[in-house]
Amino acid sequence: MIEVSHLTKYYGDFAAVEDLSFKLVPGEILGFLGPNGAGKSTAMKMLTGFLRPTSGEVRIWGSDMWQDSLTAQRRIGYLPEGAPAYDEMTPLEFLQFIADARGLTGVERANRLGETIDVMSLQDVLGQRIETLSKGFKRRVGLAQAILHDPDVLILDEPTDGLDPNQKHQVREMIKGLSRDKIVIVSTHILEEVTAVCNRAMVLAKGRVVSDGTPQSLLAMSPYHGAVTLKSSSATLAEIAEAAGSISSVKEAILTEGGVTILPEEDDATLFATVLELSRSKGWTVDSLYVETGRLDDVFRSLTEGESR
Amino acid sequence: MRFSVILKRELLGYFATPIAYVFIAIFLVLSGVFTFYLGNFYERQQADLIPFFSFHPWLYLFLIPAISMRLWSEERKSGTLELLMTLPLSRLDIVVGKFLAAWLFAGIALALTFPIWITVNYLGDPDNGVIVASYLGSWMMAGGFLAIGSCMSAITKSQVIAFVLCGFVSLLFVMAGFPLVLDLVRGWLPLTLIDMVASLSFLTHFNAVSRGVFSLQDFLYFISVIVVWLGATSIVLDMKKGA
Repeated sequence: MIEVSHLTKYYGDFAAVEDLSFKLVPGEILGFLGPNGAGKSTAMKMLTGFLRPTSGEVRIWGSDMWQDSLTAQRRIGYLPEGAPAYDEMTPLEFLQFIADARGLTGVERANRLGETIDVMSLQDVLGQRIETLSKGFKRRVGLAQAILHDPDVLILDEPTDGLDPNQKHQVREMIKGLSRDKIVIVSTHILEEVTAVCNRAMVLAKGRVVSDGTPQSLLAMSPYHGAVTLKSSSATLAEIAEAAGSISSVKEAILTEGGVTILPEEDDATLFATVLELSRSKGWTVDSLYVETGRLDDVFRSLTEGESR
Repeated sequence: MRFSVILKRELLGYFATPIAYVFIAIFLVLSGVFTFYLGNFYERQQADLIPFFSFHPWLYLFLIPAISMRLWSEERKSGTLELLMTLPLSRLDIVVGKFLAAWLFAGIALALTFPIWITVNYLGDPDNGVIVASYLGSWMMAGGFLAIGSCMSAITKSQVIAFVLCGFVSLLFVMAGFPLVLDLVRGWLPLTLIDMVASLSFLTHFNAVSRGVFSLQDFLYFISVIVVWLGATSIVLDMKKGA
């Protein structure tokens, strides 16, 4: 269990992180979301004990990160930003070093090394210097050192940054696969990652938490949440928009490229049926008709930019 | 104490890159040049290694910063420091492990000068006790330089700045015993302070050692220099944590 209370970090007058508080129990995957410079990395550096907060505290299963840092750090696996590793070492030497530093010995050490190398599919590059590895492999080496001691808490700073779509997918699957009995904190500025991986999302802007909830609740904040989009190749789009706009529960019907997006006044589960009914009665040629779940980038922008003004 | 984990990794790091080999080669070549050309090893017609050892402070002055500059700066720059400091290892383990690795490495370079010891034994009949004491003293002095360098490297993520700072502070410690420096302060400092400045000098202690007078006092001097500067390293790292 992680308890973070009133964590604050000032650099001079600049508040990098301000009054961050949360509690996590095993099974939770928290996504830190925010633009660059929002304080995600600073927060993670404090959670792992690399930076000392100006005020506030971090407790990992009751152990204070500053009074009893070694006990607290033993429970954590951490992938710092950019997945740093000792370039002149091979992945095997590097992981052996981490195993020793983590105090793993004997059979347990051998088992954990074997299992981690297996999970991260590092068998083929074990003897190559880390500096010669591709970005994807480097990232996997970084993830491997983080999960090597089978930690209760995994803190991953932008684990998929700079990876290609296949590698991103792999890393996400890996995170989902590990996380049943663990606490995971991932930071990202990639929006779809939050819905793909996390069950809790925290949006940071200017060092402050501006939103904290499930990814679904984040989506629900979008004006497009529950909107119905109708795509049609017929020339009557303007007419469709006008007719849809006059439905009583509709706030606005927006004409877009090849379609019309109909925004409800408020959450309206019957909108889809209403629009479907309308299109049938009017005899429109409809190519597709679907309910929008919400657009995260809009929510993200309104949350994080609103804060900066 | 878990410093051996760090020690092992660091030593591996030295020999995994050309740094170790380049350093050792240059150290051996320069110590040879100094001994034979500047020290007039043959012309003196004496069976001792004074010409060899007397140049060590100057040799260390610019070679040791080359080892020590990377101790922390490189890790801070590449981000591995974050990895290191979030592992469940105490600060002391990390500071001591890194220092000991560098010190052992300097010791290896020093030990590889053994042909000169063979040479002097072949040519004459030197006092080998003095030579052993001098080797030990030289290694202790290298430790002093390295501890200063460790602290300077902790200050900055630029290896160049770390190199220059280490060279400068080391120079102060070497020069403190020089008549040139002592004359400068003689006019306006009380005698006890002048003695204190002189007693801080690497030269004062090393010269005694290289003449074969290796007293407990000199030994303790170098040990305390190492302890103080490693303590300072730890404090600097701690301050950076809060920065």
